[in-house]
Amino acid sequence: MARILGGITTSHIPAVGNAIQKGLHDDPYWKPFFDGYPKVHQWIQDNSPDYVINIYNDHGLGFFLDRMPTFAIGAAHEYRNEDEGWGLPALDPFPGAPELSWHIIESLVADEFDITSCQELAVDHGFVVPMQLFWPGAPHHPHMPKAVPISANTVQHPIPTLNRALNFGKALRKALLSFPEDAKIVVLGTGGLSHQLDGQRAGFINKDFDQYCLENIVHNPEELTKITRQELVKQAGAQGTEFLMWMMMRGALGDEVTEITRNYHIPISNTAAGTLLLECA
Amino acid sequence: MHDMPGYDYHIDIPGTVLFDGTQAMKGYALNKMCYDFNKAVNRDGFKADEEGWMAKYGLTEPQKDAVRQRDILAMIDAGGNIYYLAKLAGIFKLSVQDVGGLQTGRTTEEFKEYLASQA
Ligand SMILES: [Fe+2]
Repeated sequence: MARILGGITTSHIPAVGNAIQKGLHDDPYWKPFFDGYPKVHQWIQDNSPDYVINIYNDHGLGFFLDRMPTFAIGAAHEYRNEDEGWGLPALDPFPGAPELSWHIIESLVADEFDITSCQELAVDHGFVVPMQLFWPGAPHHPHMPKAVPISANTVQHPIPTLNRALNFGKALRKALLSFPEDAKIVVLGTGGLSHQLDGQRAGFINKDFDQYCLENIVHNPEELTKITRQELVKQAGAQGTEFLMWMMMRGALGDEVTEITRNYHIPISNTAAGTLLLECA
Repeated sequence: MHDMPGYDYHIDIPGTVLFDGTQAMKGYALNKMCYDFNKAVNRDGFKADEEGWMAKYGLTEPQKDAVRQRDILAMIDAGGNIYYLAKLAGIFKLSVQDVGGLQTGRTTEEFKEYLASQA
């Protein structure tokens, strides 16, 4: 049976892709951000996952408002990165794991989570930037795991509740642990932390709230399910709702986790950037 | 759900327009045009003939005006969603911090300073 090694969260700001491409790791603006990743690289190297479940939110590449799935799961042999409208060079496709995808889909729907399965899914910065951060050179890193993307809607309200996100993660855990292959799996939760791009409140960042979330998500994620969605918008900013992805990841890790590393830095672009690596017991 | 008892119920968050069903319906044409900017051919089409391109997508008058004026707040008011508008901002060569400054009455430099001040 498969084993879940742990979970890694990170912000997925588009500008990071550009900084990686230009090699700005030691630039004074970027260094405090990139310093959060060497420990993650070491952990990945020591644990060598076979599969990566990449929980992210699409920002208007894979999905539009004509059909907006609350939870979508990729079930493709590969995932194309495409132009998001800024004419940046797209990365090569990421290898998929359709057998694992369909296993997850079967298990989640049996558990009464109504998901959308996607045999074609273009993946945007929410998916690819974390891959580039964790597996430098992705998708051509020599030990690139096969990927299953899971996207949750944070574009259009109503978005899922934090409770639903955590429970989704728990159901995902059940699915992964029953995958009949002696495989090692890592789960990513990408996005956040506090930021707001739109409106007169653009630029809003909330360090205290982020710290509260970081503290509780490690050993007390249930506490965070008390936060209502509108409260989340108010406290984390309109796009800080991406914290839902962190909750989904956390649910997949089970009760006992060990914090391996954490990083938090303000600002990268408009965002409070956070990184957290939790190892499963 | 308990935190959103009615379809149009929102808590007041100053400076924030919650992109809900009402906004999504209102902004559909504008957002659709912007979503299609993912493809370079559509960006070129818009650049070649802004008015014709907006008419082709059936933008409302307030949406067209907001685009003509490069007025981000007016685009949001007309139902625009920032994730799609970001693609239009790219055509106008506006960075995320330029867009932040435009919406908050700051220069881009002032907006960057505001971001850093929250560390
Ligand atoms: Fe995002």
